[in-house]
Amino acid sequence: MSNDVAIQVVSLTKCFGDLLAVDHVSFIVSKGEFFGFLGPNGAGKTTTVRMLTGVIRPDAGTASILEYEAGSLRAKQLTGVVPEMANAYGDLSGWHNIMLMAELYGIPASVARERGTGLMQETGLYTRKDSLVRTYSKGMKQRLILCLALISDPQVLFLDEPTSGLDVQSARLIKDMLQGLNAKGKTIFLTTHDMEEANQLCDRVAIINEGRLVAIDAPEKLRMAVSGMYSVEVSFDNVVNPELLAAIPGVNTVKKLGDKWRLYTVSPGELVVSLTNFSSSNGLRMVSLNTLAPSLEDAFVALTEKEVKDA
Amino acid sequence: MPDMPTVLQQARRSLAIVRKDIRIYYAKGPVIIFGVLFPVFLFLSFTIGRHLSVDFMIPGLLGMILFFTATSVSPIVIPWEAQARTLERLMSCPVKIETIIVGDILASFAFGLAISLVPILIGLFLGITILSPLFFALAVILAALCFASLGTVFSIPPTNMPSTVNMIAAVVKFPVVFISGIFVPLDELPAWGQAIAYISPLTYFTDIARYSIQGRGHLPVALDLLVLLAFTAVFLVVATKLHHKTMPRRI
Repeated sequence: MSNDVAIQVVSLTKCFGDLLAVDHVSFIVSKGEFFGFLGPNGAGKTTTVRMLTGVIRPDAGTASILEYEAGSLRAKQLTGVVPEMANAYGDLSGWHNIMLMAELYGIPASVARERGTGLMQETGLYTRKDSLVRTYSKGMKQRLILCLALISDPQVLFLDEPTSGLDVQSARLIKDMLQGLNAKGKTIFLTTHDMEEANQLCDRVAIINEGRLVAIDAPEKLRMAVSGMYSVEVSFDNVVNPELLAAIPGVNTVKKLGDKWRLYTVSPGELVVSLTNFSSSNGLRMVSLNTLAPSLEDAFVALTEKEVKDA
Repeated sequence: MPDMPTVLQQARRSLAIVRKDIRIYYAKGPVIIFGVLFPVFLFLSFTIGRHLSVDFMIPGLLGMILFFTATSVSPIVIPWEAQARTLERLMSCPVKIETIIVGDILASFAFGLAISLVPILIGLFLGITILSPLFFALAVILAALCFASLGTVFSIPPTNMPSTVNMIAAVVKFPVVFISGIFVPLDELPAWGQAIAYISPLTYFTDIARYSIQGRGHLPVALDLLVLLAFTAVFLVVATKLHHKTMPRRI
């Protein structure tokens, strides 16, 4: 194995009864990479993360973290985890939670106190460090959980939907911290539903659907791979019959988005000209007009739907 | 086979689990008060009006309290943590499942030991004499460890409902109290009663306590200690090995 590999997964498989939750998944994450793991609910994201962090054991296949077997004490020692829906201890203070984690990772007390203070200050929790965690808001709890994952200064960080359902400030703070950590060379493995988040943060993303990997590439390349997904977003000063819009040459699909229309096409340039002609011949005025490249979300939908159809 | 540094490292991490358990589960007024009051009242309800001597009552009361307190919280810690979703966090830390279990057992052991001071002090206040303090201390320590280990055996089935585990524990705990020579001395039991009594670890502790306080026991004290040690070893091995299997199924 090359020395710049942080996470190597080979044919990882997990069944729950008859359900094949993760089906021979293989990929490699390089050291220092910000890797996104996307998929719809129930696709196998959390199961994969749990196998990589040693919480559950795979039925087949292997995984290694920095050359150590995933789930081994050495692998865990180098790993920080923000599990999905996991909690800190509500009956302990934020500070005691952090110190407990430090002890479980064998961090010397003086280092733990220094790091813990720094992390709590960075996440804006320091003034509430002695309050019981059950009095924290959801955003505060999630920021604390990130502190717990970082107290051991891990080389590899696993985060399972860390910003899901959070307020804007907490989500932004977490994303900024992750970017900072990645800039310092930490490898980050992030599962998320949020395409925009993956697009902003990740060097590469893998898309998993029904337990199988359907794509793995840079977000930009995945977007470009989805042909026919360009679109033009237009709004008019008056009501328009969608059937008339659908009849414009080059329009594949018409979608209403609030007071705007999104028209999907393969040639957005030609469609803009047709739209200008359409509005003047129908006595309409265009209020706004934007051309859009396919989003990561479009790519995601196209790839996961294709899977369903193929199945 | 884990090397020595790993064993020491994991032992230290077990102590972190102990401190966590004591802070969260044991150092609570209601837990401590209930831990003392419940066995005391249960004991009184079976002894009041029987004109028993203090020397007879204190070993029984001590056995009851030690047995009930050391098995009170340890069965529900793991299901409780699985339900509260803190178990997944522990399992992703660099600690073995055995480390978590041993930490839970030691916390329960410390709680049992601390609460057992209550009946001992009551006894001393009422004028009992501990005739063989060494055997007595050894027995209290060993029994606290034995019962704490038994407590975690109850939580082996991978249910995340603390109430289910409590029910399993109660089904075992209550009959054990009645077959262990607490209310009726072993000498006065019929042969079949004695045969049943020998399957309870509490029997051997009560016997040593009677030997230490009343001056005579039913069995040789060395045998009592040996059997108690064997029960402790079996419960420890069963708890750690089987939790190793069932714990991932809780997630």
